[in-house]
Amino acid sequence: MSSLAPAGEAAVAAPAGPQAAPAGPQAGGPRRLRRVVMFLVALVLLAALWEGYKWFGQAVHGRVVGWSLPARTDNGSMPHVWDILRRFGQPERRGSSQRIWATVAAGAWFTLRMAMAGFAAGVTVGLALAVVMQRFRVAERGLLPYVVLSQTVPLVALAPLVVGWGGNLTVFGLHWRLWMSVAVIASYLAFFPVAVGGLRGLQAPAPEAVELMDSYAASWRQTLLKLRFPAAVPYLVPALKLAAASSVVGALVAEISTGTRGGIGRLIIEYSREATSDPAKVYTAMIGAAVLGLVVAGVVGVLDLVMMRQRPQVHA
Amino acid sequence: MTAEPAATPEGELPAVELLAVAKTFHAGRGGQVDALRDINLVIERGEFVSLIGPSGCGKSTLLRLIANLTDPTAGHIAVNGKSARQARLDQDYGMAFQQAGLFEWRTVAKNIELPLELRGWDRARRQARAEEMLKLVKLGDFAGHHPWELSGGMQQRVAIARALAFDPPLLLMDEPFGALDEMTREHMQAELNRICEETGSTAVFVTHSIPEAVFLSDRVVVLSARPGRIVTVVEVGLGARNDDTRESPEFFKKITEVREALRGSA
Repeated sequence: MSSLAPAGEAAVAAPAGPQAAPAGPQAGGPRRLRRVVMFLVALVLLAALWEGYKWFGQAVHGRVVGWSLPARTDNGSMPHVWDILRRFGQPERRGSSQRIWATVAAGAWFTLRMAMAGFAAGVTVGLALAVVMQRFRVAERGLLPYVVLSQTVPLVALAPLVVGWGGNLTVFGLHWRLWMSVAVIASYLAFFPVAVGGLRGLQAPAPEAVELMDSYAASWRQTLLKLRFPAAVPYLVPALKLAAASSVVGALVAEISTGTRGGIGRLIIEYSREATSDPAKVYTAMIGAAVLGLVVAGVVGVLDLVMMRQRPQVHA
Repeated sequence: MTAEPAATPEGELPAVELLAVAKTFHAGRGGQVDALRDINLVIERGEFVSLIGPSGCGKSTLLRLIANLTDPTAGHIAVNGKSARQARLDQDYGMAFQQAGLFEWRTVAKNIELPLELRGWDRARRQARAEEMLKLVKLGDFAGHHPWELSGGMQQRVAIARALAFDPPLLLMDEPFGALDEMTREHMQAELNRICEETGSTAVFVTHSIPEAVFLSDRVVVLSARPGRIVTVVEVGLGARNDDTRESPEFFKKITEVREALRGSA
């Protein structure tokens, strides 16, 4: 990772530089505002599209020149946007004091915690694998094919196995809980991009950089900490983004396939059973899951900014 | 330089001693390459020695052998009176490569501090030294900048400051100015000359530029084409150098001498 960019002396003469003029909030302000506005515009457009399609479908009675429309547009299948939004403020079920937004938020929080546990476990395992594969050529040749192969096993097939293994397990006096199985399944998706991206990143330093460390008689650990890890950051950032998104998907799928209660995945299943009598309800849970995904993407975006600050912007 | 080894006090052991050194790549297999053969060379302390020769003659390999980044196939190498490996483990030398090889995630000052961190210096001492070294290479105002904000010549000066940071008795340089334009290059040569005078370091310098070798060195070692052997050693002895030196008759005379030795070697 040597910097060979032959920047002109003239470019240097200007008192620019991260210290002198941080290209942070000031420069990013208007752009960030524009992003927020664009996001809101996109939401409004999506709602308009939904309502437009619904209106069109009803106007033509679900058939266009003899072809039926791909989705039914009656209120039972496609509730109005405002009905869905109103449903958030209503009690979860008749006679319940709990409003549905609170249930959905609690479910999203539950799923988020499991996804985070899975993410943490996945990143740890992924990094450990990457370090071992970088250190030992044999390990890379032996492990990498299985790392890749692991992702072809469908999660749904894996879930009952993990639950089965965990069922009668006690680690350090800690009894295995169902949520731990969910986290393990979530980590199963999350570790993959970290292992693969991390390996590439740890292998990224130029031979000269490694020789420089050798010339300092640096230990393997010193070379890892001072050269390989920092050099791997540009590869790890996109890997962590993927891992975060995968851990949410993994947690949702795992919740459903293990029958864990309390999460948003479970709510989607429960509410969809009531779709005929209460069509708006299932959409509240789905919107909750989408918001959860956005929150995670936002957190990882902040991580990106922190990890990639004071780096040349060359990596796509 | 002609003192008897027995009479020399311990501190006066030669900086580098190469005895019948040979290097063969892929020894005993197909595509075997004889890179160096029968190299005998003694470099005294405080000397500036350049290695020059046609490309592929093994001059970089020779430097890497001294640095213990690769092992010789035959012969004996001593650095500061120790084995090359021990000298590397003791960090007896600082090294600069053709590419500056700065770590882009570190500021200029932090790059210079890297070898000091590895030696376990405390923060205050590291910072003081980095500041000192930046003044030496005339980059005092760039401590907080990142490498990519610097020109090639400035990056190379940082790399030299990094190599010098822990006061190594020996400086090994592999075409450090190879990627620079002619004007920057001459400027850097004058700087390096000044720095070596000031610090009294021993230097082994690989180059393919004859004027560069002559301007910088006390002695120029001319290597033959592969397998690399020492054809001749040209004693330069120009004394104190400045820009006028480059136009002096002695300078041109030495350049001609090295050129003829190179021509005879090809």
